[in-house]
Amino acid sequence: MALAGRQDFPVQSGEAAIAAAALRSDRFRQEREGDWLRLEAIVERFEKGRLRWVSDADVLALPVLYRTVASSLSVARETSLDAATLAYLEGLVQRAWFLVYGPRTSLWSWLRGWLGGGWSAAVRAIWGELIVAFALMGIGTAIGWLLCASDPDWYYSLVPTQFLDTRTPGASREVLLGTLFGQSEERGLSLFAAQLFSNNAGVAILCFALGFAFGIPPLLLLIQNTATLGAMLWLFHGQGLSYEFVGWLSIHGTTELLAILLSGGAGLHIGRSMAFPGSLSALEAAAAAGQRAASVMAGAVLMLVIAALLEGLGRQLIESTPARYGAGYGMLAFWIGYFALMRSRTRLEDPA
Amino acid sequence: MSTPAPTERKDRRRVMITPEGIALPVVLASRGTRFGALMLDLTFIAITLTLVVIVLGFAGINLAGEAFGKNKDAASEQALMAVMVFIILLMFFFRYGYFLLFELGPRGATPGKRLTGIRIAARGGGRLTPEMVLARNLLRDIEVFLPLGMLFQMQDSGPVGWAAAAWLMLFALFPFFNRNRLRAGDVIAGTWVIEAPRRRLLPAMSTTQAATSNTSRATGASYRFSDAELAIYGEFELQTLERVLREDRAEAMVAVHEAICRKIGWLPGGGDERAFLEAYYTQLRARLEAGMRMGKRKADKHA
Repeated sequence: MALAGRQDFPVQSGEAAIAAAALRSDRFRQEREGDWLRLEAIVERFEKGRLRWVSDADVLALPVLYRTVASSLSVARETSLDAATLAYLEGLVQRAWFLVYGPRTSLWSWLRGWLGGGWSAAVRAIWGELIVAFALMGIGTAIGWLLCASDPDWYYSLVPTQFLDTRTPGASREVLLGTLFGQSEERGLSLFAAQLFSNNAGVAILCFALGFAFGIPPLLLLIQNTATLGAMLWLFHGQGLSYEFVGWLSIHGTTELLAILLSGGAGLHIGRSMAFPGSLSALEAAAAAGQRAASVMAGAVLMLVIAALLEGLGRQLIESTPARYGAGYGMLAFWIGYFALMRSRTRLEDPA
Repeated sequence: MSTPAPTERKDRRRVMITPEGIALPVVLASRGTRFGALMLDLTFIAITLTLVVIVLGFAGINLAGEAFGKNKDAASEQALMAVMVFIILLMFFFRYGYFLLFELGPRGATPGKRLTGIRIAARGGGRLTPEMVLARNLLRDIEVFLPLGMLFQMQDSGPVGWAAAAWLMLFALFPFFNRNRLRAGDVIAGTWVIEAPRRRLLPAMSTTQAATSNTSRATGASYRFSDAELAIYGEFELQTLERVLREDRAEAMVAVHEAICRKIGWLPGGGDERAFLEAYYTQLRARLEAGMRMGKRKADKHA
């Protein structure tokens, strides 16, 4: 595709370049095609994303030219039978329309608006689902604990193999304590953090995406994941290590579990609004809920980045249980405060 | 770029109403085009990842050789870690970020979509917001990557695997179950995928010698058609004739020339088909457009 603008575009072919057309509709076109080609050139530069190529005059001209060409189109539809010209105009008006009514903000300023109130507003908007998700996580933990308490064999089916190294029923207090502390010698903490993030974010997005199936899969995922937590809690409690274990878990767990709570809640939100769309049509309800939930999910992924850093680096570097509690619950307080209090100063466009 | 006949795309035509009330016709992208675009994007991802891994692999082998060699060098070991961290994050980016970033751009399309001439848009004509793009791409995981992974592990899975695969296929095949060809991600994002043609402005038809003066420059013959001779055709035939003239293929013009002459009772001569057709086109269009201005339209020869 030619990089040079389209100013040198051959307006007419061959010998008849300036000849007046025989048809009234073609004369109409000849009078206006200068504007059309100018709009096309501007649109092309915008689409290439090279805003430096677009002069201020062009930026100002875009909406005006768009309206001019749109009105050319509606006149041409009523007066011209030139199929190629009509198709050209329809394509051009569509392309210009996407620019004129495209994202009003740059990605950067969207990000600022999102951090500065859009995200927390979306979180507050799905509070009902968040409570349900929280209750489910509590139930999952209790189930994990109670199952293991009734029959320790359950531990093996509830806890994934990666945790089944030495942390098995019957392990001594010293062995268990050793898994909570003293791994700061380990190399590759950043690698560990990257793996954790990639894995957890994958699970969280899955949890969210499955909300599409009327919210049932997130319910199950939430319960299943927290049952693991309950089972491990039971194991460490049996050796009187619950204080240390909760500290080990809390430093990153408050952020990570909150992120999982958010993604589960977001998934439930979609599922619920599809099953019970209320006064909107099912499609409209799904779209409104999906956009709100997507805003929440972007935040959950960001939280998982932070959680992975805390887990991969912070937990290995902070060896004292009170400090772990301090970091973990400090983060929790920060998140809750952020979600509850962060309001945008300028009223953001409600994505719904 | 060939334009399919209007009837072919009739069931894919939709109208978006812009915020200012202009009705903008759009054509939904066909499922085949979208599948092609997806395959292109997956190919681009695969090629890029392979190249990066090969390049880093060479660097990594050297680093690993040094790291586990005699003098265990802490610096090179760290570099190896950095490379692995980079690869993990890169995989994550391609899985979740590739589609997202491209669709957030001004063209609303990934490279695959651009090449196939389609883009995403807000359903019904609103503003396309970043939240919409986020939502539709968060679901891509269960629509594309999970079924894909499932296919690769199919051999070692029992009935549970088959059931899961069937369930996931429901998501993958979602566009077949609704009128607007929405995939699951489109449903929850409020978007759809439409054709974004990039057409050029073709020359005006009625500026040639034959069109302006009704005479052929080559033979000097004059082509004037009576009202009755023009009345047999409608808009459909006019636009077919336009296509033939624009494509400018000699054998097609001879055939059309013959057909028109037979119909209006002229004796088809040879060698001057283009001038004849240009004159007939211009006069037929003038007649039909005059009718249009009076509110009378003739869709085709049967109307």
